[in-house]
Amino acid sequence: MLARLWRGRRIPLAWLLLTRQPVRLAVALAGIAFAGILMFMQLGFRDGLFEASITVHKQFDADLVLISPRTMSSIGMAAFPRRRLVQAMADPAVRGITPVHWNLLLWRNPDTRSTRSILTLGFEPGDPLFLDPALTEKARLLTEKGRVLFDEQSRQEFGPIAERFRAGEVVETELAGSRVRVVGLVAMGPSFGADGNLLTSRETFLSLMPQTPPGSIELGLIRLVPGADPEAVAERLRRLLPPDVTVFTKAAFEEFEKTYWRTSTAIGFIFTLGAAMGFVVGCVIVYQILYSDVSDHLAEYATLMAMGYPLPRLLGVVAREGLLLAVLGYVPAYLAGQGLYALVRSGTRLPVFMDPQRAWLVFGMILAMGMGSAALAMRRLADADPAEIF
Amino acid sequence: MREPAVEVQQLGHSFGRGATEVEVLREVNLRIEPGEVVLLTGPSGCGKTTLLTLVGALRQVQQGSLRVLGKQLHGADRATRQGLRRRIGMIFQGHNLLRCLSAEQNVQMGADLLHGLGYRSRRDRARQWLRAVGLADQLNQLPHDLSGGQKQRVAIARALAAEPQLLLADEPTAALDSRTGREVVELLQRLAKEQGCAVLMVTHDPRILDVADRLVRMEDGRLLAGGPSDPETAVIAYGGS
Repeated sequence: MLARLWRGRRIPLAWLLLTRQPVRLAVALAGIAFAGILMFMQLGFRDGLFEASITVHKQFDADLVLISPRTMSSIGMAAFPRRRLVQAMADPAVRGITPVHWNLLLWRNPDTRSTRSILTLGFEPGDPLFLDPALTEKARLLTEKGRVLFDEQSRQEFGPIAERFRAGEVVETELAGSRVRVVGLVAMGPSFGADGNLLTSRETFLSLMPQTPPGSIELGLIRLVPGADPEAVAERLRRLLPPDVTVFTKAAFEEFEKTYWRTSTAIGFIFTLGAAMGFVVGCVIVYQILYSDVSDHLAEYATLMAMGYPLPRLLGVVAREGLLLAVLGYVPAYLAGQGLYALVRSGTRLPVFMDPQRAWLVFGMILAMGMGSAALAMRRLADADPAEIF
Repeated sequence: MREPAVEVQQLGHSFGRGATEVEVLREVNLRIEPGEVVLLTGPSGCGKTTLLTLVGALRQVQQGSLRVLGKQLHGADRATRQGLRRRIGMIFQGHNLLRCLSAEQNVQMGADLLHGLGYRSRRDRARQWLRAVGLADQLNQLPHDLSGGQKQRVAIARALAAEPQLLLADEPTAALDSRTGREVVELLQRLAKEQGCAVLMVTHDPRILDVADRLVRMEDGRLLAGGPSDPETAVIAYGGS
């Protein structure tokens, strides 16, 4: 079969038409690559921003979580009775629990004296909080009151805390009106709702927030015994617990947060629109190139028709040109996308990665661009009248 | 008796419609036997090219009967006409080579029309034809780098590479100087004869009339002379015009 195809091959007319005009080809590829990069960036930002909304969520050591049904997102965590978390222990599949206090508190930059809200999590230093085992060691430093662990990836606006801490200085500043001392650094990363993060003990947290009702928490982490099905246990807990708590699997908790940002902000719309603009720009460029290419070679196409080449064969040449442009233009777009993602990651700390799904999506868009433009340019071929060339 | 390559009966053709209608062909009758070389002369605008495009299955027949290579073209659909074009070689006034293809690739575009041949044998045919037209050393030149005569030779090789049974040529010497024009037409005639391919050539060039088996003159959409004629007298009769 392959041998027959190889034997039956013909002169690669589409390839030769494109490559014998290297300048035009370069312009076309630059245009397509530009459109591709635009789409990569817009979609990358969009997904990166949504992904960034759960940087903290992903780190919790939990199979299931409890939150208040009044909670809409991480920037407005409502309280619920801590008792519910303890009740969940009744299920045989539950291995352990961690109650977590969660609030945005005002942090004073020790250099500029300006304040900014920072996400503060309060937990019992002995309890597991994050999947990263490095935290267990550092959590012990929190047992003394007024101590916090500072997220070294927090934005610069909080002050050069990490640098000064590493330099061996005693870093103290004001948090929610009380003096706290940084006793260690953790790596968490800023999220959508919070520019920076702090970890502290439950005791410190409660002293910073004296108005917190006793026995109330904002987040309950539940760890299950190995082999337990989180969905099934979540269902059992939903039946067991009164409706003043919501039970989520960890994945559903993350999705809940992303959905909030997707639906309550214009981010998705804006960046999708940006990507659509890239698509349109690319379409215009490829169409222009193909149309002028067909126009320039109209006499030659007419000659081929006069020689007895059927019209579909010639349309096939234009289609192949579109396909070649799409494939050749995608390669630089992909490579530049990778490079720019790395740049964005280092510049904004947004988790923007070239995930295969998006890579395929953009490839599909570029392909549609090439083939759609080819289909439009083909109409020009209908103007080729072989009787006119005599 | 063998079927004629071209048989034209009472062919008429006009352009435009209503008040602006112009009749370009009137009651044209013409018969070309297989292997015969026929030259068509006449003043500009007398309908020669229209006749050529009709015979070449490039236009729809409006009136009369036109049989080419055994196919009736009056009322023929697009597929029939396009299939027939594969069996007709065409040589144009300009060479009409594909600019982006080398000489060899251009000729191979002709050979590619043959069914059931592998890539290599089609390429070998292309090379063989280029050798036959004396361009064995210019295989990889682009049309841009070839002289006018060389380009026209490539066009001849391309037309013949598809193994046509009928060759149509529209003033193939128009863009060439007299010596090159003469060479090209002689080459064309010799190769067509070898293939047993009938030729219908439109020309204004009096120096090449002697290559014809028969001369046909056209004026105002009508054919004046038919029937076989002696090339010698033909040159005398039309040479001065």
